[in-house]
Amino acid sequence: MRVAARLPGVVALALVLALALGSLTAVLARSEGLGQITPADWAALRFTLLQALLSAILSTILAVPVARALARRRFAGRGLMIAALGAPFILPVIVAVMGLLSIFGRAGALNGALDAMGLPKVDIYGLQGILIAHLFLNLPLAVRMILNGWAAIPPERFRLAASLDLGQRDLWRLIEYPMLRATLPGVALAIFLVCLTSFTVVLMMGGGPAATTLELAIYQAFRMEFDLGHAASLAVMQMALSLAVALVSLMVFNPTAFGAGAGRRADAPAHAGRLALCLDTFWLCACGLFLALPLLTVLLAGLPFALGLGASLWLAAGRSLLVALSATVLALALSLSIALLVTGLPRAAGRVIDGLAMLALTTSPLVLGTGLFLILRPHLDPGAFGLPIAALVNATMAMPFCLRILMPELTTLRTDYGRLSESLGLYGLTALRLVILPRLRRSLAFAGGLSAALAAGDLGAVALFADPQYPTLPMQVYALAGAYRSNAAAGAAILLMGLSFFLFRAIDQMGHRDADA
Amino acid sequence: MTTKFFLPMIAGVLAANMVAAEDKPVLTVYTYDSFVAEWGPGPAIEAAFETSCSCDLQFVAPGDAGALLSRILLEGKDTKADVVLGLDNNLMAKAAASGFFAPHAVLDVTFDLPVAWDDPIFLPYDWGYFAFVYEKTKVMEVPTDFVALAASDLKIAIQDPRSSSPGLGLLMWVKAAYGDKAADIWTDLADNIVTVTPGWSEAYGLFLSGEVDMVLSYTTSPAYHIFAEKDDTKAAAAFSEGHYLQVEVAAKLATTPQGDLADQFLAFVTGPEFQGVIPETNWMYPAVTPAGGLPAEFQDLIQPTKALMLPADEAAALRESATEEWRAALAK
Repeated sequence: MRVAARLPGVVALALVLALALGSLTAVLARSEGLGQITPADWAALRFTLLQALLSAILSTILAVPVARALARRRFAGRGLMIAALGAPFILPVIVAVMGLLSIFGRAGALNGALDAMGLPKVDIYGLQGILIAHLFLNLPLAVRMILNGWAAIPPERFRLAASLDLGQRDLWRLIEYPMLRATLPGVALAIFLVCLTSFTVVLMMGGGPAATTLELAIYQAFRMEFDLGHAASLAVMQMALSLAVALVSLMVFNPTAFGAGAGRRADAPAHAGRLALCLDTFWLCACGLFLALPLLTVLLAGLPFALGLGASLWLAAGRSLLVALSATVLALALSLSIALLVTGLPRAAGRVIDGLAMLALTTSPLVLGTGLFLILRPHLDPGAFGLPIAALVNATMAMPFCLRILMPELTTLRTDYGRLSESLGLYGLTALRLVILPRLRRSLAFAGGLSAALAAGDLGAVALFADPQYPTLPMQVYALAGAYRSNAAAGAAILLMGLSFFLFRAIDQMGHRDADA
Repeated sequence: MTTKFFLPMIAGVLAANMVAAEDKPVLTVYTYDSFVAEWGPGPAIEAAFETSCSCDLQFVAPGDAGALLSRILLEGKDTKADVVLGLDNNLMAKAAASGFFAPHAVLDVTFDLPVAWDDPIFLPYDWGYFAFVYEKTKVMEVPTDFVALAASDLKIAIQDPRSSSPGLGLLMWVKAAYGDKAADIWTDLADNIVTVTPGWSEAYGLFLSGEVDMVLSYTTSPAYHIFAEKDDTKAAAAFSEGHYLQVEVAAKLATTPQGDLADQFLAFVTGPEFQGVIPETNWMYPAVTPAGGLPAEFQDLIQPTKALMLPADEAAALRESATEEWRAALAK
């Protein structure tokens, strides 16, 4: 690959690293050296690792049968189910937790039913509650990412398999397993990193201080102790932990090449067998109910109040839309540039770059925000530039997800079409326009939809900069809930869900037209 | 896409700032986010002060009270703030130690606080008692102290002292009431605590959705439900140990170039126009009761017989060990 072709990737990577490491350096520079790590911090580190690993493994493993069922079955409401899979991930955490508790909580529907039947109640608070909540938030994302992997297998392979009369086992060995091997490590890594910085869910569902994460300790250092040195050393711990896990996960990653297909949309692979049908039905129903029931209670609770929302909430929704769209464009540009850089390098070098790019997700939002504030403040008024900064930070945070979505398919594309393109003299932008982009369309649209929804629902990055007099929608949801106005907050949460869902759906749909048609 | 939308927006914000800066002096007040919300005290207070000061009052709100102090400490001597409004007695020691704040010039005010107040720097503008709030229709035997609460089957939600002011308030409440025996109280309370939330809104949300029987909030919380929802089923439990106080304060920055205007604002903060807005927007007691008395929905609230509050520096010195005591008792 020529040097010029690598330039966008290098620039994008430099920007991401500057943000991730620069903000940490700024916090460190301002403090009086790294702070002392306390025994409570080590306990928090252990618990953080435990809950994030379990959450990632559980979400990823359970997502496989669901994605498989979705990939090979056609049923009424399938499109809706796939679209709705975007919803939990982008809900404000407090709303998602309330939805879950309405089903699994002490006063929830499940315990109501158990009680009516004279059975003992279940207690959700503890590690089990954290895992259920992280599963609720991340399983849908995992299903979508894996489904994307399934959809990327050229339909010719399945037709060939059918004509060769291959059984389920061979199909698994030759087609499905290699695809999963290429997809799952990235999925698990993305979820691990998300759960790593989770603290509202962990604290609320964990039932008390036994469930304490590093992110809470960082929050405490910034907001209660005002000890930047302590915050910085905790952030370094968190970053080292994520980097170690990222490297392990990328070492397991094994790209596939199925050979080129005509690039047409997959038709439903035929699968005979009663047992398979029963299993698929079970997984779809179980996953559907698990996700839909809490979402429905959130919807029903908020709907009566969503219609009476004032103009200020619609303005806030407009601001969120603006942030989301800008962040999406930026996140796609960043991730595509980095993905092209990584796939164009020798394998070992590519992996190191890939791991470095994931650093963006390992930075605590609080460190990122505080660091950026320290860097930018001498030069401009952070309040006035709140929304553009929020868009930039959101794009950086969404980029690793996009990268995980794009990488498996782009790697395959490079292997399948790389030599052909070169023999035809297609390089750089021409190859990008004619060969790569059309075939990456579905993944790009999915990544874009996800970025938009993530940015629209984000609170962390926005709250540190944005002016509360010009709030975004997530800020309004929290502000209302923090001022006794829980009904209005529930209504505003519906608006936020609707906005995120609409964005996700609209952008994701752009990828559903046939690539070469 | 990006430039098309952002450039006009940025230009608009800059232009608005410049127009404001042209004629009148600007007083910049840093406060917490819910103060400036459209339903908070901010809008009415800004309008009232601007009619008398011939100045432009600008609120900047970097987040909650913790974020507010954190911003001031980060900005240090080149902060743009003239006044900070919204720190509380939990944050005062840290704020005072920074040296960024100057003594105020408001000397002739008699505060209606349950404790004596003579701090030269921090001026109280409102206050409240922490209390456990419950639903009258559901909780029949209301505990009258921490021991009774711990002995009961009642399920409660509390806030984390490591991330929230009410959580820290509860920690100090138990410490002030029980001293060396605080750890035992926490051990006994462990089976009553359903969960610990990062902030007030999550805990109160759990209470409103019926997930817990009682929640740590304020004695004034029921007033909101009476006023806004015509719902008088919520009440605060009166504890015989006394109730811990939260006092919210304002202070002038030592670096302000507009000391006189800042003093004028601080005097306004203790005056009737400001104080009259507080009860029904911030849902706390005003530091100086307005001439007309408190609104009707405040009349039937419980009146604690004893107010507890540790001096700011003592509370600050206790924070770390008390938090560790709390963590150890509940982490089992």
